[in-house]
Amino acid sequence: MIENRPILNMVSHAVLIFGVIIVALPIWITFVAATHDPVRMTQAPIPMLPGGYFWENFKQTLFGGGLSGTESAPVWRMLLNSLMMALMISFGKIAISLLSAFAIVYFKFPFRMGFFWLIFITLMLPVEVRILPTFEVVADLGMLNSYWGLSIPLIASATATFMFRQVFLTIPDEMLESARIDGAGPLRFFWDILIPLSRTNIAALFVILFIYGWNQYLWPLLITTETDMTTIVMSIKQMLEAAEQSPQWNIIMMTALLAMIPPVFVVVAMQRLFVQGLTETDK
Amino acid sequence: MASITMKDLVKAYGDVEVLHHVEGEIEDGELIVIVGPSGCGKSTLLRMVAGLETITSGEISIGDKVVNNLEPADRDIAMVFQNYALYPHMSVRENMAYGLKIRKISKDEIDQRVREAADILEIGQYLDRKPRQLSGGQRQRVAMGRAIVRNPQVFLFDEPLSNLDAKLRVQMRLEIRKLQQRLGVTSIYVTHDQVEAMTLGDRLMVLNGGYVEQFGTPIELYDRPATLFVAGFIGSPSMNFLPATATNGLLTLGNGASVTGANHANGAITLGIRPEHLVHDENGPIKISVQMFEQLGANTLMHGVLDGTDNDIVASMPGHVTAGEGSVMSFSVEASNLHVFDATSGKRIEE
Ligand SMILES: Nc1ncnc2c1ncn2[C@@H]1O[C@H](COP(=O)(O)OP(=O)(O)OP(=O)(O)O)[C@@H](O)[C@H]1O
Ligand SMILES: [Mg+2]
Repeated sequence: MIENRPILNMVSHAVLIFGVIIVALPIWITFVAATHDPVRMTQAPIPMLPGGYFWENFKQTLFGGGLSGTESAPVWRMLLNSLMMALMISFGKIAISLLSAFAIVYFKFPFRMGFFWLIFITLMLPVEVRILPTFEVVADLGMLNSYWGLSIPLIASATATFMFRQVFLTIPDEMLESARIDGAGPLRFFWDILIPLSRTNIAALFVILFIYGWNQYLWPLLITTETDMTTIVMSIKQMLEAAEQSPQWNIIMMTALLAMIPPVFVVVAMQRLFVQGLTETDK
Repeated sequence: MASITMKDLVKAYGDVEVLHHVEGEIEDGELIVIVGPSGCGKSTLLRMVAGLETITSGEISIGDKVVNNLEPADRDIAMVFQNYALYPHMSVRENMAYGLKIRKISKDEIDQRVREAADILEIGQYLDRKPRQLSGGQRQRVAMGRAIVRNPQVFLFDEPLSNLDAKLRVQMRLEIRKLQQRLGVTSIYVTHDQVEAMTLGDRLMVLNGGYVEQFGTPIELYDRPATLFVAGFIGSPSMNFLPATATNGLLTLGNGASVTGANHANGAITLGIRPEHLVHDENGPIKISVQMFEQLGANTLMHGVLDGTDNDIVASMPGHVTAGEGSVMSFSVEASNLHVFDATSGKRIEE
């Protein structure tokens, strides 16, 4: 719409600014809290302007023992664990769902649609529903407290399989036929044609899956018992309860701040592809 | 280079047979056009030659090798698709080189072949563009280029020009013909456009409902159509058909007028007369009550009905004719230009 009405402009700006404030205020408070000393954070009006302890808090959180008086891993270790888990989940999910969508769309085998619906039905079984049997299996396989245990049970993905199936269905049959005439075998076709053509969808999915993996809470909580393997999202919660004394907000908030950085980085880095992937229809 | 032989070819999807016992022999270097209305099985036949559809029964050989069980890539063919099917993420150069790369041809030779093909097709300056940055006509050329670089024994075209505008279509038609003659590659070309078929093909295979109606040169098809279907399909405007009764060669029309044919047919027949063979003649036996004229510039199409009946009839008259709507005009036809078909089977009755 191209309209030139000053009042309308002002109103729409006001609405947008209001929205930004609502979204940004908690983040601002997190940031401010991370820049004060522990004592200041327990006093009555919480500060709204940054203090001078940013670097100290930063160092203590990232490399030190984190909270004083507890035995948790340094936050860099948690960040690393979370990163490994999120990356393994997102790469694993993408690889597996690309392959299963490829099989379902391009190969004729008995019970093809049966398999498709089987995959589809798993949509109704998220980790939370099957958590006890899954735990049992993972424990029996000796994968507790390992990256494998953190990621493998979350890797199968009906949503992503379904999405790639739709993407592949929009690719004209002639593409496959002309590749066959060119002499490309199935894997070559997959690698040279399908993957590049789904590039933007893969990127969009990666962003979503990375954040999904990063934000996992219940599952890591259940299967990690060693402090070395804890992930950052679950630790924030634990920090609140762990210490006997009142919560050390400056450290907790700094941890939260650090926990936000990788997802933000992924979103910013993939932004262009992400938007293309969601809007582009031209194949 | 190679000939193509189709023997007793049948294609069925489940219980539905869509191609019935197709026979055909295509000689080395020939350009064959498969033509017919939509859904008659043209693409299916072409794709069976390409190896993209399985063969239900029968045999296809390219050269002297039976190719029934060969993968498309092993048949030494190249195909141009209706929507071009270029790989959108590859540049023009990569599109043309892809098949060669898979065949592990050396980089220098690929470069050289791509450049040669690009020169022939005049797409040298677009080599680094993506297909989406090209016009329809340019994409068409790239698709042809992709076929040429492979240096195949057979070219297969499935309605390659139907996405282009009328003028470009005529131009590309000529270019395809020249290119094919220059390279001397055996080709099969599918179209539903009979003008394209007539101008392009050394021979035409007319398909209807999965049956081969006739397989011959354009002139044979025009002069001696084997069936009513071919007679109506080839030629524009299409042939007039009039029900008539034959008694030993004398053909009596619905209004009682009679013309003398060149054969000795008897019984109920359908008489076919091409519009351009109706000659205005004061003493002619065929009386037409005129309804309307269509001016084409070089000639005039007269639309009317056979006087006294409701059989529509069209005559193509040279020059400009304007006066006479509502009147009755007389025409004559040379005996050799009368086509006589059996009224029930639709087959041509020979002299
Ligand atoms: N996969 C299929 N399953 C069943 N029937 C099919 C299948 N593919 C094609 N047919 C049928 O086979 C017949 C021939 O199809 P084909 O595509 O060869 O027609 P065509 O002559 O190329 O038509 P057009 O000019 O519209 O492209 C059609 O009647 C079509 O319905
Ligand atoms: Mg077709």
